[in-house]
Amino acid sequence: MSEPLLKVEGLKKYFPIRQGVLGRVTGHVKAVDDVSFHVNKGETLGIVGESGCGKSTTGRMLMRLLEPSEGKVTFDGKELTDISNDEMRKARREIQMVFQDPYASLNPRHTIEKILEEPLIVHGLGDAKSRKKKVHELLEIVGLSSYHAKRYPHQFSGGQRQRIGIARALMTNPKLIIADEPVSALDVSIQAQVLNLMQDLQKELKLTYIFIAHDLGVVRHISDRVGVMYLGKMVELAESEMLYEKPLHPYTQALLSAVPVPDPNFVREQLLIKGDIPSPSNPPSGCTFHTRCPFKMDVCTKIVPKFEEVEPGHSVACHLYGENAQQ
Amino acid sequence: MSERKAILQVKGLRTSFFTDDGEIPAVDNINFAVHEGEVLGIVGESGCGKSVTSLSIMGLVPSPPGKITGGEILFGDKDLTKLSDKEMRKVRGNDVAMIFQEPMTSLNPLFTIGNQLMEAILIHKKDWSKKQAKERAIEMLTLVGLPRATELLKDYPHQLSGGMRQRVMIAMALVCDPKVLIADEPTTALDVTIQAQILQLMKDLNERLNTAVLLITHDLGVVAETCERVVVMYAGQIVEEGPVQTIFKDPQHPYTKGLLQSVPDMRFKKQRLYSIPGNVPKPGSVRTGCRFAARCEFAFDRCLTENPDLYQTSSVHKTRCFLYKNQEVSDHVRTLVES
Repeated sequence: MSEPLLKVEGLKKYFPIRQGVLGRVTGHVKAVDDVSFHVNKGETLGIVGESGCGKSTTGRMLMRLLEPSEGKVTFDGKELTDISNDEMRKARREIQMVFQDPYASLNPRHTIEKILEEPLIVHGLGDAKSRKKKVHELLEIVGLSSYHAKRYPHQFSGGQRQRIGIARALMTNPKLIIADEPVSALDVSIQAQVLNLMQDLQKELKLTYIFIAHDLGVVRHISDRVGVMYLGKMVELAESEMLYEKPLHPYTQALLSAVPVPDPNFVREQLLIKGDIPSPSNPPSGCTFHTRCPFKMDVCTKIVPKFEEVEPGHSVACHLYGENAQQ
Repeated sequence: MSERKAILQVKGLRTSFFTDDGEIPAVDNINFAVHEGEVLGIVGESGCGKSVTSLSIMGLVPSPPGKITGGEILFGDKDLTKLSDKEMRKVRGNDVAMIFQEPMTSLNPLFTIGNQLMEAILIHKKDWSKKQAKERAIEMLTLVGLPRATELLKDYPHQLSGGMRQRVMIAMALVCDPKVLIADEPTTALDVTIQAQILQLMKDLNERLNTAVLLITHDLGVVAETCERVVVMYAGQIVEEGPVQTIFKDPQHPYTKGLLQSVPDMRFKKQRLYSIPGNVPKPGSVRTGCRFAARCEFAFDRCLTENPDLYQTSSVHKTRCFLYKNQEVSDHVRTLVES
């Protein structure tokens, strides 16, 4: 395979915890702790995990909407982590984001035309006439009509708003789209429409997606490869088929077995894990999953397992597999 | 199953909201029954009236602008729609209890868990001493699988995680042994691994205490996993009703079919998702014809002018669609089934 479009190495985000009148830093919330992965051109990488696992923080750091504490992000051969804010703004032309709540991310006082035109103005693309033309073109592409351009966000339903969010992301002809829970606020029947739209657009416009979501069914449907995050760490990453058929990490196994399947006759071995997700400000020692893991060994409480490839295209961070197991 | 006694019957319920645009019927003439000890699911998308149905049963419809404008809700021989506020207060918690989606907003952040649990007990059991109430509170917390129950009584809601808070809510709902527990999207705000724990707990309690559960959800997976029977709602009406096995294997109404096909299944990859065209209609916006007609691929002339009845297509299965009118079980059979 050719050079990946996006490469992430050792990405970290520590939020300081300040206490007392002097605001001294007393600790850190390790929202993202040493995450590495890459995304190939034209594919969809899904990132799943429960709340607080750092999947959204990761997405935001890729666009530098949040400054990473450490680590390197390379996009299309260019390092994004050490360029100036000005240069970063230019780079964002090629990386765009779609957010979860389409209502909160569209300015209620602006018409759709103005909302969609804005990215072009920010990046200084085209003149007034060609911008308008592009707005109308993209409205059609995402399944709305050009007469919608004069309306305001509140006049649209949730699904339509998300289409507008997608149209806005496409305005600057980006190569990579980071979609953070794009369908979780939508009803099932509308969710299917938006997922289909995203897949069609990917084929037509040769887009690359990073799809962040908590719904494992949705992620399987849209992703070529899937990464599973837990407490700020990537615990498993594999081709989507492989991950869902043969999950290796006990957390992935538990997560998959917890998803309710819309088939009353489906019998499965349910691996119910006990307890709650520990606080990321004080994560457990060693493997962060050891407090809930049914296969916990002594080594798990002491040594942090390495994230390594155990078979081609399948990486996992667990003491049960690969080199980790030989320690 | 049909031998089980119906303990809660909703008959011709109509709940409307009166706004500047006139009367908007959020729930329009629905009929269903919850039987003793069963888990009945109500499934539908946003705005279909599933939550308004549950609020109507509890007498919690915000009024104004909401009002129950017709029908009756029978619990035993009591019609809940006719009760005074004072009588209704006795029903809530004692006979019918409810848990909500977001446990943090249902718990008072200023009081300890013990305080709130004991308050619920002492309101309903006037002759109990504080000590008895405390013992009962500990017993309930243990029942819902919370460890170190005694210390937990001194904790405040913010000290608990989302899953633990929902367990506390369930404990609080069950303190007076209600016959029916209404759970409105109880796991929607929770992560999947915690959702699995809570659903398991609700199933266990249903079996152990024989409390009937009315589970309201938008998640078909949750329905398949937890319920025995399911009611599918669309735009304020019931469009299909039947046992979970039947509805998932052999759905009849085009909406149910479409809904089932549009869920991505985690077990295998579908090439392309089926999607129902159009949008979920706003409550009250469709006034003539079948409410699903505009989005239905099988719609014909009659669907646009006339709203179909809920046809009984087998002894346990009902569908609101003209396509199944001919399959309707004859009146004779129906009376046999009902008697």
